[in-house]
Amino acid sequence: MVNIAVLAKVTVDVQAVKVDAETNEPILRGVPLKISDFDRNAMEEALKIKAKLGGKISVVTAGPPEAKDQMRQLIAMGADEAHFVTDVSFTSLDYSAVCRLLVAALAKLGKLDIILAGEASIDQYSGQMGPRIAGAMGIPSVSYARKITPDKDAVLVEREMGDIIEEYNIPYPALVTVNKEINEPRLPNMMQIIGASKKPITEWRPDTLGVPAEKLAPMSRLLGLKGITMKRKNVIFTDEPPAAAQKLVEALRKEGVLGGGAQ
Amino acid sequence: MTILVFSEQDTTVNELLAKSKEIAGSIDGQVVVIGFPGSAHPENFFKHGADRVVMPSSPGLSAGAPLSVQYSEILQNACAEFKPEVIMIGSTRWGKEVAARLAGALGCGCALDCTSVSMDGQKAIVVERLVLGGNANSRELFTSFPAVITVPAKVIPCLPEASSPGGEVEHRQFEVSPARMSLVKTTKREVAGVKLDLANVVVSFGRGLKAKDDIRMISDLAAALHGEMGCSRPIAADLKWLPKEHWVGLSGIKVKPKVYVACGISGQIQHLAGMRDSGIIVAINKDKDAPIFKAADYGIIGDIYKVVPEMMNQLKTCH
Repeated sequence: MVNIAVLAKVTVDVQAVKVDAETNEPILRGVPLKISDFDRNAMEEALKIKAKLGGKISVVTAGPPEAKDQMRQLIAMGADEAHFVTDVSFTSLDYSAVCRLLVAALAKLGKLDIILAGEASIDQYSGQMGPRIAGAMGIPSVSYARKITPDKDAVLVEREMGDIIEEYNIPYPALVTVNKEINEPRLPNMMQIIGASKKPITEWRPDTLGVPAEKLAPMSRLLGLKGITMKRKNVIFTDEPPAAAQKLVEALRKEGVLGGGAQ
Repeated sequence: MTILVFSEQDTTVNELLAKSKEIAGSIDGQVVVIGFPGSAHPENFFKHGADRVVMPSSPGLSAGAPLSVQYSEILQNACAEFKPEVIMIGSTRWGKEVAARLAGALGCGCALDCTSVSMDGQKAIVVERLVLGGNANSRELFTSFPAVITVPAKVIPCLPEASSPGGEVEHRQFEVSPARMSLVKTTKREVAGVKLDLANVVVSFGRGLKAKDDIRMISDLAAALHGEMGCSRPIAADLKWLPKEHWVGLSGIKVKPKVYVACGISGQIQHLAGMRDSGIIVAINKDKDAPIFKAADYGIIGDIYKVVPEMMNQLKTCH
């Protein structure tokens, strides 16, 4: 029996983010929310560990109030408990504040054996939160896991570092972040989705977690986001393949990029 | 102001020194390198701008590959001693792990994978990094110290080596708790010899290719263009038709060839982030709405199985 926590982030669907042509800022309003891809891999891995050793899976998400509903997906996948950490001013919180809140939330879950998370979130793609939480809790961590072999008292974690594959043995408690290749997250069926809508999600706020407001003061502030636009020629040939290929090769030759290309 | 610099790669230390020197120089600060035990010539860091070079030793350090758990603790102890305002760390996978753990332990601000670091006036550090799947650049201001910042290799140009050697390497013992984890095994991974980031021409394919045997069609086109072959995430990560050295994208390899040809690749932003800096971008896709066309200079709406052979014909007939 192992006690597992899965940390999952709710983010905008980066695929759906457009850049405002006038202000050159990414338009985030109205973009659909989703569970960050890698965190679904973390959830899948938790389910596999539970299937092997038994135990309990608690998912913890910290986010603005509108993020809560997304947690239903993780409940539908098979989470036993769901805990949502939120605050009306959540969007102004930085890594250090969110880390403090998550550490406080994890402390409420009792003795944990394995804490799992995605190696990075799809919106920030930074990989900071997992090891940061482990550093704050003073427990061992391994990031970028591509294979996890859990046992009663310890977990074996395999990861790739360049051309070296490393295998670590970590006695519990351990924090492990996983990559996208570690598994294929299951898709819950209709019954599971309906069942998930009835399950409770505990809601925690900074004060119920015992984190005073001054501990949440941001250490950094966002000055601005600038969209990266690709200005390209966008010349599209719609002819039948022979004609289109001829025009394309002609265009590349005019660009002077075929070099000695053809034999 | 004191800036600590740390990386397991000597060349990255030199690059971080150039930036640290620039920042510290504007406010009369000092730059201290915390050396990595594997460093071959720590005394050379003086030539690249270090004011002090401190080689840590710790009886508690585990043998074998360095554990990020222990190195973040070494840096934490170094921070207690040197009280730095900024800690600059090389943005390798390992370095980011060390940095994030350190920031957690110190409870301070931290930004990873910064593409730019500068001083805002005389007071605060401003960093930039890519967010939203490579779709946007984020500018962030540190409002408190210390700030943990990681910067990837080759982002900052090195300073020319100074001829005057600067000082003595100091040796210092830092307490490290015994690690509650161990590296039990390392295996060398078979690595494909291809160097996509250096190629002049890259011909990539994605899910538009239906069978592994058809890779031949793409490699033939790459050869005809004197280029290398790349692929999108699903090909390397899910189907494993090609080794990871061919994977172009945000979490794969970033390429900037003179010509990039995307065959049957829809153009997810993570893929675009890996090839955006290419000279000319060509896209072939049968879906006219595929986002790859917005990122392309030239595009053909059509089936790669029909278009690629026609391109081969065209390339053969011309001289």
